[in-house]
Amino acid sequence: MKYQFDFSFFWDADNAYWQDLAYGALLSAELTIVALVCGFLVGTCAAVGRVTGPGWLRWTIATYVEIIRNTPLLVQTFWLFFGLSSIGFRVPAFAAAVIALTINVGAYSCEIIRAGIESIHKGQVEAAESLALGPISTFLDVILPPAIEKVLPALASQFVLMMLASSIMAQISAEELMAAASRTQSETFRGFEIYIVVAVIYLVMSIILRFIILGLGWIVFPRRRRLAQR
Amino acid sequence: MTVVPTMAPDGPIVAFNDVHKRYGAIDVLKGITFSVRRGEVVCIIGRSGSGKSTALRCINGLERIQAGELTVCGKDISAASRSELRRVRQDVGIVFQSYNLFPHLTVSENIMLAPRRVKGMDRATARTVAEEVLAKVGLADKFDAYPEQLSGGQQQRVAIARALAMQPQLMLFDEVTSALDPELKGEVLRVMEDLAAGGMTMILVTHEMAFARHVADTVIFMHQGRIHETGPGDVLLAPQTPELQQFVANGL
Amino acid sequence: MTTNQLIYLIEGTGWTLLLALTGFLGGGVLGLMIALMRVSRVTSLRWLSYLYVQLVQGIPLPVLMFLSFFGLAVAGFNIPAFVAAAVSMTIFAAAYLGEIWRGSIEAVPKTQWEAGESLGLTDFQQMRDIILPQAIRLSIPPTIGFMVQIIKNTSYSVVIGFIELTQAGKIINNAIYKPFLIFTLVGAIYFSLCSPLSRLSRRLEARLRSRGA
Repeated sequence: MKYQFDFSFFWDADNAYWQDLAYGALLSAELTIVALVCGFLVGTCAAVGRVTGPGWLRWTIATYVEIIRNTPLLVQTFWLFFGLSSIGFRVPAFAAAVIALTINVGAYSCEIIRAGIESIHKGQVEAAESLALGPISTFLDVILPPAIEKVLPALASQFVLMMLASSIMAQISAEELMAAASRTQSETFRGFEIYIVVAVIYLVMSIILRFIILGLGWIVFPRRRRLAQR
Repeated sequence: MTVVPTMAPDGPIVAFNDVHKRYGAIDVLKGITFSVRRGEVVCIIGRSGSGKSTALRCINGLERIQAGELTVCGKDISAASRSELRRVRQDVGIVFQSYNLFPHLTVSENIMLAPRRVKGMDRATARTVAEEVLAKVGLADKFDAYPEQLSGGQQQRVAIARALAMQPQLMLFDEVTSALDPELKGEVLRVMEDLAAGGMTMILVTHEMAFARHVADTVIFMHQGRIHETGPGDVLLAPQTPELQQFVANGL
Repeated sequence: MTTNQLIYLIEGTGWTLLLALTGFLGGGVLGLMIALMRVSRVTSLRWLSYLYVQLVQGIPLPVLMFLSFFGLAVAGFNIPAFVAAAVSMTIFAAAYLGEIWRGSIEAVPKTQWEAGESLGLTDFQQMRDIILPQAIRLSIPPTIGFMVQIIKNTSYSVVIGFIELTQAGKIINNAIYKPFLIFTLVGAIYFSLCSPLSRLSRRLEARLRSRGA
């Protein structure tokens, strides 16, 4: 049997499906960026606590990371979304999606950033202490920047994975690209074409996201940029 | 030989009094007593494992002592809190064997960091200070370079400049030429000689016997966690104890 | 929660494991081919495999699920959701395993190839007798680590209606609406499957490093 591809419905004058998908993609991007920023902050704080905190805090963070890394994002999301609403907290789906992704990517970022922190040589800390820098300055000026710089490629990969994973949030009826795709599919029954287009959109977004993160690194960490010029 | 600039408060700038330090079951320092006057240049020599680096690192609190008394710049630091220790460290510069420059910062940023963060110096003033200390170590042209663009000798000179930018009363040098290729040692030793000639109080752990004999007011020979012999630089020409005799014979 | 519902969850766990196993085996075979193509001397093979990896790693697994589901349907196969899910897991796992194993192959020092070459071995013999045995040792910890990802990611098959552990939990929740209870239980089952693998992976990794491999 021969299948006739038909992409024309995207531009159907009555139902502007392409607009619907484009808007969905925009929402996915928004979801990703908000969760990425929040998750990065959570991950950084967790990594700091994991390395420098008192025993109980280290244990708590390690447990958090282990639980998140050994259970599916979808189960975490269901637990949070359905669970919260069962005790009377009606969180909007989009907000629940942001929270779930933040908690999830926070745990992964924590491990990555911790590895970066632990790779910083002890001599760096001794030098900072010997210059009478306080613990906060030692951490923010001497330890964290090179640690993040070192693990930026790993972080970028993790953030791209998170963007791809955000596609599951349609399962709690969060409005984003996959929700738009599913709606379009139910009206046109052109599932294959729709998901080919969706795949291309995600592919482009993942390339753009990686580009943005590494570009930000290029701006925030001037060393590579300047060394490359010579 | 040296000019003492400000003979402010009397008494030594560093005083060890029966200082003990151990790691687990190993006694590294078994009762060290010596003192350093302002403007004095003291070289500590000895085999590896003799406790000389540990003694040096006790002075700015990188190693905490377990018994005895240690006074630095007029403050007893044997039981100092972290913030008291930070106060003392503002007056004590240290240079390490492995330079320990901050690799993500330029030379000038390395130098300006502590004056700005610790002393709250504004950017313009810190910049002037950085220019001064870099000129002092002969690297004014490396202001905007990154550490990895410099040779080992240059990096070590930047590390010295970084410590000087805090205007310390006392400089510590922990085997600062040991990691350097022979042809790069000279430039670093020259900078240190200039500092000594300028009246800086300096305590050095070093393997450079010629340098020690030439520059030191006092040489301290450590052996198995104790001060075994001490004297002026010339003591290296006429050691009194067999251990120092042997050490000098092997070293020179 | 009734006994029947508990049995339903356990059945779901069985499907999750079966899907994970299928994905791992299928992805393993395809992934090995990808890895070998990625280090091949033939430029076109290198490019093809690179393209495959970039493509799959840039597309969400739920989208792959839909593509397999609708794609196999338009190709004229009337297939159960499990097959579409298994095909997707295979495609997905192959891209990641391929990259993991390429890394392991490239981590074997170049001098080992040269040693093989100077002994007069052919390219194929060098790969089979010298490089792969060493690469396999290096690849075991990350491969076990990736099994965790496979198990967790089988949950994405809910999008095409396959009833595995997560979907089973959701269905039960729709009936009795005790989300904290059910999804804690579901999560605990996943955790008990994944956590031992994570720990094993870390331990082997540490051992490999301490041996100075």
